[in-house]
Amino acid sequence: MNLTLALIGNPNCGKTTLFNQLTGSNQHVGNFPGVTVDKKEGLVRSHPGVTVVDLPGIYSLSPYTSEEVVSRDFLLHEHPAGVINIVDATTLERNLYLTLQLLELRIPTVLALNMMDEVRENGGTIDVAAMEQELGIPVVPISASRGEGVEELCVRAVRAAQEKQLPRRIDFCAGDVHRAIHSISHLIEQKAELAGVPVRFAASKLAEGDTLMADTLRLTQNERQLLALVVEEMENSHGMDCEAAMADMRYTFIEGLCAKTVVRPGDTKEQRRSVEIDKLLTHKIWAIPIFVGIMLTVFFLTFGVIGPFLNSIMEALLSVISTGLAGALRDLGINPTLQSLVLDGAFAGVSSVLSFLPTIVTLFFFLSLLEDSGYMARVAFVTDRLLRRIGLSGRSFVPLLIGFGCSVPAIMATRTLASERDRKMTIRLTPFMSCSAKLPIYSVFTLAFFPEHRALVMMALYFGGMFVGVLYGLLLKRTVFSGSPIPFVMELPAYRLPAPKSVLLHMWEKAKDFLIKAFTIIFLASLVVWVLQSFDFGFNPVSDSGQSMLASIGRTLAPVFIPLGFSDWRAATALVTGLSAKEAVVSTLSVLLGAGEGAELTLLLQQLFSPLQAVSFLVFTLLYMPCVAAMAAIKRELGGWRAALSLMAQQTGIAWVAALLVYQFGRVLGLG
Amino acid sequence: MTLDQLAVGHSGIVTSVGGQGALRKRLLDMGLTPKVLVSVRKIAPMGDPIELTLRGYTLTLRREDAKSIEVQPS
Repeated sequence: MNLTLALIGNPNCGKTTLFNQLTGSNQHVGNFPGVTVDKKEGLVRSHPGVTVVDLPGIYSLSPYTSEEVVSRDFLLHEHPAGVINIVDATTLERNLYLTLQLLELRIPTVLALNMMDEVRENGGTIDVAAMEQELGIPVVPISASRGEGVEELCVRAVRAAQEKQLPRRIDFCAGDVHRAIHSISHLIEQKAELAGVPVRFAASKLAEGDTLMADTLRLTQNERQLLALVVEEMENSHGMDCEAAMADMRYTFIEGLCAKTVVRPGDTKEQRRSVEIDKLLTHKIWAIPIFVGIMLTVFFLTFGVIGPFLNSIMEALLSVISTGLAGALRDLGINPTLQSLVLDGAFAGVSSVLSFLPTIVTLFFFLSLLEDSGYMARVAFVTDRLLRRIGLSGRSFVPLLIGFGCSVPAIMATRTLASERDRKMTIRLTPFMSCSAKLPIYSVFTLAFFPEHRALVMMALYFGGMFVGVLYGLLLKRTVFSGSPIPFVMELPAYRLPAPKSVLLHMWEKAKDFLIKAFTIIFLASLVVWVLQSFDFGFNPVSDSGQSMLASIGRTLAPVFIPLGFSDWRAATALVTGLSAKEAVVSTLSVLLGAGEGAELTLLLQQLFSPLQAVSFLVFTLLYMPCVAAMAAIKRELGGWRAALSLMAQQTGIAWVAALLVYQFGRVLGLG
Repeated sequence: MTLDQLAVGHSGIVTSVGGQGALRKRLLDMGLTPKVLVSVRKIAPMGDPIELTLRGYTLTLRREDAKSIEVQPS
């Protein structure tokens, strides 16, 4: 028995928890074709041969966001054998709105009433039998977090799918809307069958004024005119336009259904608790300090405590392996170049990939906690105003903030954003948030050139990055993303304790995702850097790093930086190695300048740059294209090399122009 | 009056939902339909967006978007 079930529901209704319950860790995360929307699939543990596809959390099957469109397309064109529609029983009215649209699709559907434990504990009841009768589909009360009712849900969903039990009811309307939908159904019946779209679904969408549907059905001009007449008549007699009339029709039915089947003695304990928590967390004065405090704690723990701790364990392990490996290679009498290839090339590559893992794992642990508890929605609520000007919403705030730690997890964190447009725009802005790997560069340079004003210069760099990011955001808003943004109409879900399983799975998923997708790219980049550093163009091993291919590339590139004030090939070479990891800029400069310990580098840098040239160099370092690991993440999340490379080119261009402006204005002002 | 003018702690009945395109559809989909009772619970620390309750759940909306919703205070 092989069949596919689609799992669909509103955001925050416990869909992911249910998916994890159904599949265990037996999941596969991919992309829907053409868009960067997660497509999660998994095999149902208790029913061999049954696959569940976790569709994105959506509120409606309207055609506005890419999440809605892929869900709609999946249900219409991939023909899943059945649908599990999960709803939050504590906010049933809004959740059932999607259900009514799903029922029109003529797919065997089972309704999972999640969080029934919460409903019961607060003295509420739901008459499940009456609801089954009214909706014409099986209804199963469950508690996804406790695993209650999940098995029965599986059994009934599989049975419905196998026996092809179609929803017994599709008419939820009355009066003028009813008449209009029926007239439209008659009008388009053949076209809908030709296009393979359920007639009723098509008719409802057309009655709503959904032009995408009219195109899908290839309606003629004549048919469109007839359609317009029917819709106009409905609007006139209902006293509302078609969109409002259809939404009103659905909600009126749901209100009646809930009145008949649901006993709800006011808000639940969890909802009342959320109101209390929000008195503090979204408080007029305290909201922002608390948010800053929480994020500082997350950063401190990630980059100051847990990350370095995990890193030191890993480094210890790696150094044991590398010593063993080095010994083995020596004993085998392998030639030094090959030894260096294995140790400095391949092994260093593996190490640099792994060095990101502790940060990613730790950060995503905290991010899942914030997301699953419901706090992330509050952050969006509190910070929305700051990002609106550049065409984003408060949802992008945390990913951008993570960018100050490391671009890689920041870019990966954009996955939680509700719209593809916001995701793409946030990804493009993230690299402007100066990441922590650039800090050693600032540190060395400010020590050498501005020992009295180190903090000031560093602050200026950080704010400079943000400032350029804002300008770039405004530019994007006017050009690439000029269409109207996805409206910021966001639910504030009740606070809930995150399920440990979901948090752990999320961490594991992100770590795996990073390792698989980034490994080849970072590994290859490390090998390339090793080759460039170890050989000259005749592929003879070099002993003096000034003779390597890398140095030659640096010499070739150096003239590009003349207008920016630093024409020395060693500066250019350092920028190139910075692409493998930004902290390499300092180590490369140190090696190429022949600096030993401590203060020597400071002196040598002072000989290499004037203070103004140093500032120009810092501005370029701040803004130019990100490291390979970030590039790999960008490529993955923007959905291809073309978009990623164009972003790299734009950033490097911006960096060049910014450094040019700084240097030339500085000279005019007589600072050089 | 429009929804953005409703004071914190007050409620009203939606009489019409204006605007167009994705925003309007989203408002309707989220249950802001004519005749529904909605109350304003809070305003964000920076003065925008606003926090509403309706149909047993909590929703946030920007003031500018709330302007397109007509309410009858109750």
